[in-house]
Amino acid sequence: MKTATDQAPAKRSRAAATAAAAGTGAATGQAKAHDVVLQVRDLAVDIRTHRGTVRAVNSVAFEARAGETLALLGESGCGKSMTAKALAGIMDPVCDLADGEILLNGTDLAALTAKERLKFAGPELGIVFQDALTALNPVYTVGTQLGEAFRIHRGLNAKQARVEAIDLMKRVGIPEPESRINSYPHQFSGGMRQRILIAMAVALNPRLLIADEPTTALDVTVQAQIMQLLRKLREEGQMAVILITHDLAVVAEEADSVAVMYAGNVVESGPVSEVFADPRHPYTKGLLESVPVHLERGARLKSIAGSPPELHDIPAGCVYQSRCPLVQDICRAERPVLRPVTSVTGTPVTGAPVTGTPVNVPSGTEPRPARTAACHFSEEINNV
Amino acid sequence: MLIYLRKRIVSSALPLVVVIVGVFALARMTGNPASLYLPLNATQQMRDDFTARNGLDQPLLVQMADYFGGVLRLDFGQSLRTGQDAAAMALRAFPATLQLAATTMVLAVLLALVVGCWAALKPNGIADRISSFVSMAAASIPDFWLAIVGIWVFAITLGWLPTSGVSGAGAWVLPIATLLLRPFGVLVQIVRGSMVSALSEPYIKLARSRGAGELRVVTHHALRNAAAPALTVAGDLTVGLVNGAVVVETIFGWPGIGKLMIDSILQRDFAVLQAAVLLTAVAIFALNILIDMGYALLDARVRPVTVKA
Repeated sequence: MKTATDQAPAKRSRAAATAAAAGTGAATGQAKAHDVVLQVRDLAVDIRTHRGTVRAVNSVAFEARAGETLALLGESGCGKSMTAKALAGIMDPVCDLADGEILLNGTDLAALTAKERLKFAGPELGIVFQDALTALNPVYTVGTQLGEAFRIHRGLNAKQARVEAIDLMKRVGIPEPESRINSYPHQFSGGMRQRILIAMAVALNPRLLIADEPTTALDVTVQAQIMQLLRKLREEGQMAVILITHDLAVVAEEADSVAVMYAGNVVESGPVSEVFADPRHPYTKGLLESVPVHLERGARLKSIAGSPPELHDIPAGCVYQSRCPLVQDICRAERPVLRPVTSVTGTPVTGAPVTGTPVNVPSGTEPRPARTAACHFSEEINNV
Repeated sequence: MLIYLRKRIVSSALPLVVVIVGVFALARMTGNPASLYLPLNATQQMRDDFTARNGLDQPLLVQMADYFGGVLRLDFGQSLRTGQDAAAMALRAFPATLQLAATTMVLAVLLALVVGCWAALKPNGIADRISSFVSMAAASIPDFWLAIVGIWVFAITLGWLPTSGVSGAGAWVLPIATLLLRPFGVLVQIVRGSMVSALSEPYIKLARSRGAGELRVVTHHALRNAAAPALTVAGDLTVGLVNGAVVVETIFGWPGIGKLMIDSILQRDFAVLQAAVLLTAVAIFALNILIDMGYALLDARVRPVTVKA
């Protein structure tokens, strides 16, 4: 069996052609580690409700790099799953992509029609959901579902697709794939189902894998195995991985960079080590402080008082103002935008703000993801 | 599968016996056939002779035992009216009903699938609203009224179609159109509802994320999941049709089992009535087994598990 890395160049060629046709300086040939694969700018998603249209995701920006994991971190309802679905083009019918660019290897997915996007769904971008049981079609065997991507995108027949499906099952570590391929989703355990889901997402060696809380529904030992599998696949395929989670420990362990979301906005982003060591947004700071460490027996757990604003009722000014301990008049009047912050040492962090114009520097010399925060007091936050 | 089938057939035997007993007893409550078949001025002696000749003077239990004995030998008795074999009469009438029912249901299911899926693509969209109005209307119009209006407009006023009978393709149009409407209307609503819920499942989103287009998502991923409720209702509606589209067969003079049943009730032709009901009951049991096999075919989760010894 050839390894995935061996096959990668051939499989990439069409993707590279697409990128070249789009006339960008994005990666050609095999994706090199740390190349920017995805750039999201000013992404906004609206939901049409009975009470009017609300903005669930607002000027979200981040970038994902080949062979690296970007974590989208936030609590329930902060818009992280909505962002994932917008990227994958599988939003609910009541949601609209209101604004922004989703540049995948230079092609703006947001500007494409639903039909044009289908070409990218699978070969360029794969997604893994939280609940593998409902994400698998109950009436078809896993083999049929695993083979589907090959039949749609490569025009393989049922027999050839079956061979590929068995191969995939081996890749994600499902024992006895030759017999298990004819089983139905309900005949697998939760962990195995999640492996099948991951196999489907990586079937065509996409450049970008979005994992939407892939381990939330699993028990702890299986969680670790699944995260390990994702890491292995990421390295084999030099994929960029966007990991959506609310788990700070998972972010700390798995991610290279992180974008913290709150009420539909990215409030802080940057390399995980820097963000966690030196948070520049009061929300990130609050989150990190709420992690229970070295607690005295009986001591109260720290938490952030209050709850996020309703989407119908997002205040003018900073989205975090109602819970922020540092709130000032300016926070109520003016919404802070994501902007670069200075590093711990006091020198400005290199790199352009991700909201700005795209940086078309030759690969290899691209700047590291910038540290950004959306707070009027991101410089002073650690001195108060 | 065969074991399952055998079990189902064996388990339908008892209900069939109950059906026979019920029909047997109820038929005899309609009165003595003698008063229908003999002239008005017949003597009591003639009446007693007629009754005795047809075995109707025996106690009910004895008659029933005789009948069951006959059934086991596949002898279903003779028609009082024509003297023909009752089973032969029922079997002769059945194909006409089956053809009518099958054609109607095939058309109704196909039309309902198309319209229902179309409506489900955009819940509360224009297509959905139109189909919801049409299907409600279709399901609510009484068939006898529609049959009469149809005859009046297309057969009498316009003269395009025959009023009744089975001669030529034209004769099929009005009976089928009349029978079609209700199953169509009901099925559109079922298909629409189950498609809307199937299309909102996560596995549909995931199929889209693999690059499955709209057509594939609807026909491959959603439809098979949405099919079970439609199958249940379609089965039920078919039972209604096989049971003799009594009203429609009577209005259009369609020589099917429904008409045969009505005629034999009116004529107190017990043997024919019993044979017709028994045949219909067997057909309905067979249909139900087919429907259950249909579920198993559609969805592995409801397949009977065969335990190997």
